[in-house]
Order: sequence, then C-alpha cells, then structure tokens
Amino acid sequence: MTTATTSQETPSPQQDSPVVVSEARGLERLTGYSRSLRSSEGGGKVPASARRGRPRLVTTYAADQALLNTPAKRWWTLAAVVVAFIAPFFLARDLLLLFSLAMTFAIAGIGLNLLTGYAGQISLGHPFFMAIGAYTAAVVAGKPGSVVWGLELDLSIALIAAAIVPAIIGLIVAPLAVRVRGLYLAVLTLGLLMLGEQLFKQWTSLTGGSGVGRGVAQPVLFGSDLSVRYAVGPVIINKDISLYLICLVLLIGLGVMARNLARSRTGRSFAAVRDRDIAAEIMGVNLLRTKTLAFMLSSAFAGVAGALMSMLIGRIAPEQWNIFLAIQMLAVIVIGGVATVTGSLIGAAFVVLLPRVLEWLAPYLPFVSGSAGGGLINVFQLETLLFGALIIVFLTLEPRGLFGLWYRVRTYFKAWPFSY
Amino acid sequence: MNTLIQAIINGLGTGAVYALLAVSFVIIFRATGVLNFAQPGLFILGSFFCSYFAVSLGLPFYLAVVLAMAVVALISIAVERVAIRPMIGRPVFAAALVTVGLFTILLILAFRLFDAAARTVNDPWQLNRFCLVSSDTGCSIAVAHNTIARFVIAMVVLAALGWWLSRSRIGLAMRATSLDQEVALAQGIDVGRVFSLSWAIGGALAALAGILLAANGTVVQATDSLFALVALPALILGGIDSLKGAVIGGLLVGLISAVTSAYQPIYASWLGPNFENVVPYVVMILVLLVRPYGLYGTKEVQRV
Repeated sequence: MTTATTSQETPSPQQDSPVVVSEARGLERLTGYSRSLRSSEGGGKVPASARRGRPRLVTTYAADQALLNTPAKRWWTLAAVVVAFIAPFFLARDLLLLFSLAMTFAIAGIGLNLLTGYAGQISLGHPFFMAIGAYTAAVVAGKPGSVVWGLELDLSIALIAAAIVPAIIGLIVAPLAVRVRGLYLAVLTLGLLMLGEQLFKQWTSLTGGSGVGRGVAQPVLFGSDLSVRYAVGPVIINKDISLYLICLVLLIGLGVMARNLARSRTGRSFAAVRDRDIAAEIMGVNLLRTKTLAFMLSSAFAGVAGALMSMLIGRIAPEQWNIFLAIQMLAVIVIGGVATVTGSLIGAAFVVLLPRVLEWLAPYLPFVSGSAGGGLINVFQLETLLFGALIIVFLTLEPRGLFGLWYRVRTYFKAWPFSY
Repeated sequence: MNTLIQAIINGLGTGAVYALLAVSFVIIFRATGVLNFAQPGLFILGSFFCSYFAVSLGLPFYLAVVLAMAVVALISIAVERVAIRPMIGRPVFAAALVTVGLFTILLILAFRLFDAAARTVNDPWQLNRFCLVSSDTGCSIAVAHNTIARFVIAMVVLAALGWWLSRSRIGLAMRATSLDQEVALAQGIDVGRVFSLSWAIGGALAALAGILLAANGTVVQATDSLFALVALPALILGGIDSLKGAVIGGLLVGLISAVTSAYQPIYASWLGPNFENVVPYVVMILVLLVRPYGLYGTKEVQRV
C-alpha cells in the first residue's frame, strides 16, 4: 500500500510515453512493463469472440473488485431493495416494527463487524456506544422534561450528532484500547460497558435516571413532523412507515459505505492488522491510526443504530444497554458471518426475528411453557439458550456463519457438476 | 478508623472469593489459552449443587461442598470436550466468543434450576461473629465467622494447589502445555488430558468460590452469578496468566470494593449506589494504562 503512494510521488520515466494517462484511473500507479499492458479500465480489450458465452469474464481489476460484480448480484440486489421499499405498505404494524428493529441491529452489527470482524479488535462495549448515540439523539431532538435535557432540534441534526458524539468518545477511548491486546481488550471493553451503565444510572439530566428512563427524539425530519399521517398520492405514510424508511435508507447508505471501506486501502489495512499486527506494521500500516479509526467508525455506526433503536422503542432506560445486548450484538456478527456486511444483515434479521418465530412455534413445542407457565422452559429462556447454542455451533462448525453457508450453497451450484 | 479496619476485614473475606475465581480463570487460561467467560455459570452452579446436596438431600455441609465441586468439575470437563476442544488452533477471540455462548447457556440452566427461588447452602457459620473491639454502643469491629472461613479455606486451597502445581509431574505437564502444545505433545504429554484436568480444576475452584459466596448466612440467587464478572478485573489486574497475580489481584479488588462501599456513600455519594461494583473496573483501567499486561502478567513476546 505504501509503495503505491511513493511511486505516485516519484515521476516515472514512462510518464511521457504515448500511453494516454487520463483515460485510465489507477494507471499512474503502475510502472514499467505492467504499465504497457494497460491493465486498466480503458485497456485490456478482449475480442468479442472470447467474451461470447462467458458473462462472468472479468478483464479489469476494477470490474473484479466491483461491489456487484455479477449480473445476478445486480438483479437480486435491485429486487431486494425494491421489495424492502414496498414492503412497509403491506406489513402488519408489529412486523413492521420488528423489521425496523432488525435494520437497526444490522447497522450496529456492521459497526461491530468493522471493529471485530475486519480489524480483529474484540469488543464487548458496543452497547455503551449505542447508548451514547441514543442519548445524544434524545437530548438534541427530544422534548425537555422536568429533569431531562432536550433541545427539540431537527432529526437530521440529531442523527448526525448521534454519529459524531460516539465517534469522539471512541476517539478518546481508543488510545487506551490500542495499548492493550486480545483478551485484555475484551475485558477492558466490558469494563467500559459496566462503567457506562453506572454513569447512565447516575446522570439523571441525561438519562432520566435508573428505572425511570426518558423519552426519545421527536421524529421531526427537515421540519416535517413524521408522527402525523401523510397521504402521498394513493399511499398513506404513518409514523411507523416513515421510521422504517429512515432506517432503510440509513442502512443502505451505511452498508454501502462499509462495503466500500472494506475494499479500500483502509479496509485492507484493517484486515492486515487483524491477521498479524506486527506484519502489518512492518508493511507500513500505522497501527495506532488504523485501530483508532476502526474504533471511531464502529462507535459512529453504533451511535446511529442506538439513536434509531431508541426511537423505535419509544422510551429508554439506562439498564437496557447491558451485557446481554453486547452478547446479542456478538451473536449478530457470529451467526451472520464475521467480516462480511451481508452477513451482518442476515445475522441481524436472524437475531431479531428468532424470538418472534419461537413465539409462533411455542404452542407446538411441548416443553415450552406458555404465558400460563408450567412447561420446562419459557420462551425468553429458550431464546437466550438458542443464542448461546447457535454462537457455539456456528463458531465450531461454520466459522463464516450463515453467510458462509450461503456461500457454500452458491459455490456448489456455480461449480456444478464439478462440485467437490 | 474502626470503619476502615472493619472494611479491610470484610474486604479480605470477599477478596478471597475473588482470588479463587481469578485463579480458576488463570488455570484454564494457562493450559488452553482460553479466557473462559462461562466461569460465572460454573460458579453459580457450584452454589446450586451445594445447596441441593446440603439442603434438599440433607447431607453434611462439607460432604456437600466436595460433591458440588466434583459435579461442577464434571460439567466443566464435558463443556471443554464439546465446545472448546474443536476450537484448538483457532484465533483466541473465536474461542472466547464460544465461552460467551456457554455463559448464556449455563446461566439459563442456573435460572432454570434455581426456579426464581433463593436458596441457602446450610453452612455451619451462618451469621455468627466475634467481637474484636467493643464499645458502649455495642460492637465496633466484628469479624464474621464466614469471613474467616472464606479467607482460610481459600488461602489453604490456593496454597495447596500452588504447591502441587509446582512440584508434581502433572503440574509440570500443565506448564509445558501452556508454553507450547505441540512440543508438549512431542514430549509424550497427553495434551487432551491436561486440557480436561485444567478445566476440571478451574470448574471446581469456581464452584468452591460460589459456595463460599453463598455461605454468608444469607440466601443465594441465580442473578448472583454476575458477581463472578467482578473477578475479571481482578484477573486482568494481576495479569491474565499469573497465579500470584490472580491471588493478589483478587484480594486487592476485595479490599478496594469493601473500602469503597464503606466510604463512598459518605464522601462521594454523587457516584451513586452500588459504586463498589464498578470500582474494580476503574482500578483495572488505571492499571492497564500503566502496565498493559497487568501487574504480574507475562509480556507477550512475539517472534517475527
């Protein structure tokens, strides 16, 4: 990575050769023979006869690294996005809320994945940063109460603040977290979580205090109050739908951002630090800067997710940002797939929707007690038990999570009939 | 002054429990390289089984303690076989996450076994106490029997364990395994057996800690398992792989939280109730700022 930048600074002798520089992005990085090969966007022309019948033929580096590098991916992604935008108008209210919640879990999961999956820094303190985001949004856009602060500003400001404030806190915490490694870091972040919980319980003007909680940000986006119903043509948009749409837009934006980050120079330096930090340092990756950046980004994602989550829940208490939320977050990335953005989406959907599925299944499972009690185990216990068991099963049997399973299935059919 | 002495006495009692827990973490970490977040689960199962044997079955207390330790040791061997053995050679963070999963499972098991009821372990000490310094208003410094029992039992067990680990062939095998599993295997050490054994010892120590925590004359509940999380700062404070560090860290954490609970409500009440539960983390963070590997932890040396 460093070599690329240094060669940019020293003018290469090929600079004034007849090769047109302007047409090719990234060509200026190449020197010598590789430059004459023109392995860039404009170059690398392949005769049409070679392309025929080979839709997945990749001839440029850029095409190989593209976000949606196959037609199938492009079409399915488009379909998924369209369905996601249409779905809220047909879903029942509780399901809608559940899907919105799944999207906030996904945003938080992507953030944790950047830190734990890509940069390899295990963190149990994610709910702390989610809490900071939630409280920032609540203060900036919430109503002032008898004890709690509230500035009643626009939601757009609140969401931006909910990303920036946790990032700054992350920046403050990072130097300490960079000093310690591995398991020490896991316990350190756990300590952060515990200290944060104590702080939130005490700081009543921010959080409303232990057991009481406070109201959340008012949904007033760009001056229009989203809590009333709007009729856009034949479509009726109520508060739940607008919150869903906000979550969806932010999820898509932040997800694409994380994917882009992961395939950029920064993302590669994250992976280098994860795989072997000493080797990364020798290659010229600045450990302090990389780890700090990972912490900040992860905290910012967590903050946005926390703000959205608080708005969906409607009222937040300082006790809810506890170690069990941290375990749920870890479950999102482990079950979904470590170091994949798509995996975080799958994992979040799984973690949020599993309780609902279990509730549906509960009457058919003889050992689960209903609301009347009497069975071996209740739904909440079963759900927590399943999370724990699934974390173990996935880590021991399929470390790449659900995404890894999907990848295997896909590869099986891609390589058919040579599937071995 | 009396308050301080009283706090120190109480702190040494709780500190001994922390020390036991921290040592149980260290024994497992040194042999297998896994930080076992499931330890709170084993800890609370220890108090449950002791209560079950001593109260429900009516066995003598000391027999119940030994049985409970044996049962938890067996559980812990089973857990290691099923969940931890497949993680050999994987990144430490993956193995730690597996134990987080185990933590939730064991916790649910404990909640289920306790069934929302509080239990006692029927210990011989109950609420009895000596009066060390008496004043006209009553007793100004009192030493509870269970404080002495906790401290003495923990220190005797830890000393015996430390002596055994440093003298016996098995202790040597465990140290060899912690240095390098492959080389230990090549020297004829059954590494799998060492793993099982260290998990058994770790589980038994955690169970003993759970029993000693419950043996304070009051009741124990499933939620008390979170007490074991406070042993994590003790562990990190001393250094994750040092037995000596774990004992010192445990006692230190016990002392600090006892002194905090004695003085903080008077002098710093704005820090809120139950601050003594988080003050170990504050101390841990301060120590890590100065010494990233704890007080006695081995600095990680990496070959490049």
